[in-house]
Amino acid sequence: MIGLFANPAHVILVIPAVFAVLLAVLPGYRLTARLNVLASLLTLIAALSLFVVPRAAPGAFLLVDDLNIVFVVLNTFVGFTAAAFSASYISHEIETGKLTPAYVRFYHGMYQLMMFGMNLALLSNNIGLMWVAIEVATLTTVLMVGIYRTHAALEAAWKYFILGSVGIALALFGTILVYLAAQPVLGEGEAAMIWSNLIVRAAEFDPKILNLAFVFLLLGYGTKVGLAPLHAWLPDAHAEGPTPISAVLSGLLLNVALYAVLRFKMLIATHPEALAPGPLMVAMGLLSVIFAAFMLYRRRDIKRLFAYSSIEHMGIIVFAFGMGGPLANFAGLLHMVMHSLTKSAIFYSVGHVAQIKGTQKIEGIRGLTQSHPVLGWGLALGVLAIAGMPPFGVFMSEFLIVTSTFAREPLLALLLVFGLLVAFGALLMRLAGFIFGEPTGKVGPAEASFVPLYAHLALVLAAGIYLPGPVVAWFQSVAALLG
Amino acid sequence: MDRIAFDIAHLLAGGLVLVSFMMIYQDRLYALLNVFALHAVLLSLSVSWQAYTQHAPHLYVTAAIALIFKAIVIPGVLHRIIRQMGIHREVEKVVGVGVTMLAGMGLVAMSIVLMLGLTEAADAFAREDLAFALSVVLLGLLMMVTRRNAVSQVVGFMSLENGLILAATGAKGMPLVVEISVAFSVLIAFIVIGVFLFRIRERFDTVDDVALEDYRGEVE
Repeated sequence: MIGLFANPAHVILVIPAVFAVLLAVLPGYRLTARLNVLASLLTLIAALSLFVVPRAAPGAFLLVDDLNIVFVVLNTFVGFTAAAFSASYISHEIETGKLTPAYVRFYHGMYQLMMFGMNLALLSNNIGLMWVAIEVATLTTVLMVGIYRTHAALEAAWKYFILGSVGIALALFGTILVYLAAQPVLGEGEAAMIWSNLIVRAAEFDPKILNLAFVFLLLGYGTKVGLAPLHAWLPDAHAEGPTPISAVLSGLLLNVALYAVLRFKMLIATHPEALAPGPLMVAMGLLSVIFAAFMLYRRRDIKRLFAYSSIEHMGIIVFAFGMGGPLANFAGLLHMVMHSLTKSAIFYSVGHVAQIKGTQKIEGIRGLTQSHPVLGWGLALGVLAIAGMPPFGVFMSEFLIVTSTFAREPLLALLLVFGLLVAFGALLMRLAGFIFGEPTGKVGPAEASFVPLYAHLALVLAAGIYLPGPVVAWFQSVAALLG
Repeated sequence: MDRIAFDIAHLLAGGLVLVSFMMIYQDRLYALLNVFALHAVLLSLSVSWQAYTQHAPHLYVTAAIALIFKAIVIPGVLHRIIRQMGIHREVEKVVGVGVTMLAGMGLVAMSIVLMLGLTEAADAFAREDLAFALSVVLLGLLMMVTRRNAVSQVVGFMSLENGLILAATGAKGMPLVVEISVAFSVLIAFIVIGVFLFRIRERFDTVDDVALEDYRGEVE
């Protein structure tokens, strides 16, 4: 037992797994909501301890390195704040009768199971295990998206399930191909599926099989990242599920899928004769940015609007990693962290706004700064940050991506800037409507917890003004690792 | 691998592709379920043959799962669901059978070209087995996108998954195959329960956008 808890990676997995069972059986939504926050906090503490506890050597199943620590800490942090937001959100849903206590029990159990799946995906050293973990995370979110059981929610969950399964199936095919490429070099059995073995010997694999594998993996996991043209599930799933889940989907699950793509990109990049993964990722990223930027204009549902904004930002991140090199990778990593923090903050405020107004329609949401100043300005700051206004962190990472691209591929940089500006215009246009003018609809008092919202915004602002030296050094080492 | 073992493996894998095609032209849900059960039986035979020739007894577990769960339990449960919930018994198609069949042939040709184009590094059996497996996967995908009923989409997904199991068992010595097939079975059980619990009675008109605009909150 002691050996089990000496390694924080085990603790990160055990806590959500135990609490998933516990929360599914315990009665009383107030208690379970608090326990949900507690479990997420404990997981976060365990994740932070990864920095100080000496790392175990990569095992047959788990791996801890500079790259996944960043993802795990971000994952558990947003998981914790989303749980805190979810506690106040859910009590409102119970009061209005949108959810029954039995469903809330199910919801909390699923929440921890999802955290378990995501953490396992990030920590796994076995590419088969990683696939299973991403499947678990997907399944739990499918169930949570459909939890309201309205026609629209079921439709969204079904679409998400179908497209997600297709993605996951393609990813498994890619995984099998990677095994097939590794098997002649590393021998049959477990050894040929362990990532830390693969990366050492990848240069000896058959390049054609690797190429094909990467295409399948990029399409498969790319579906889960929400890259155009495989994004169709994303806006529906964000709009119809409970808002804490929208925050977690945008802030975390997309990152987990991206992490899987990055792992395989690192693998194929070490092979001199295999195809360069960069151009494929750049093309898909750019397509997503431009497509999503235009789609932002025609949205009439506030959660759908920010879902498209997530597609845009995942596009920017994939673009940056596709460009590669120390600076672009650094910027991509920073942008991923900033996007997770900002987008989840936006969903925290949108969740409360939609509850107060009783609608998600954009036309029903006006004059928030007059009726609910704290919430309204929180939303305004979040939207300004995500649109890329200085001095927020998103501006800094976008600036780095654009300048590093201008130095290498001016034409691509122009296209990227075009997409960014189009999206910027759409978001500011909508923002003016949300916060100014006469308040419309219900103006009841907000029973909200603003701490998670403003904590995220403060972090994004702080990162935009001053990034501490150790963080920069850490990100630089990860950027170097990504090649 | 000796000649006859090789041929039998090919026969079974090719049979799976053929049955995938048979699923494409079924008009009735019950008939579709029966053909799917046949698909699962063939998969089970194919996996058992791999278990025997590769001397990998754990693959018998995967074969047993395919036989009991996918060939018997799931089609049986789906039969009951269709009867109890009064689901339309016809398969509603988005595209006509002829076009779908042609597209299917194109996909099979594509997967053969892709897979046989791989170098000789992979052994001949793994390569050709993968060509069949990819065909089954793509035909399953095709079925999912050209059908409207939830039940026939689920059947499409299950046949796709059969293709993946075929690929995984063909890759010699691949670990986690049994675990993956269990994970898939859990996934499918979830879905079937979902179809039942959530009363996904008829269909989702994901293709017919106009009818859905209202639900999506995108209409003025």
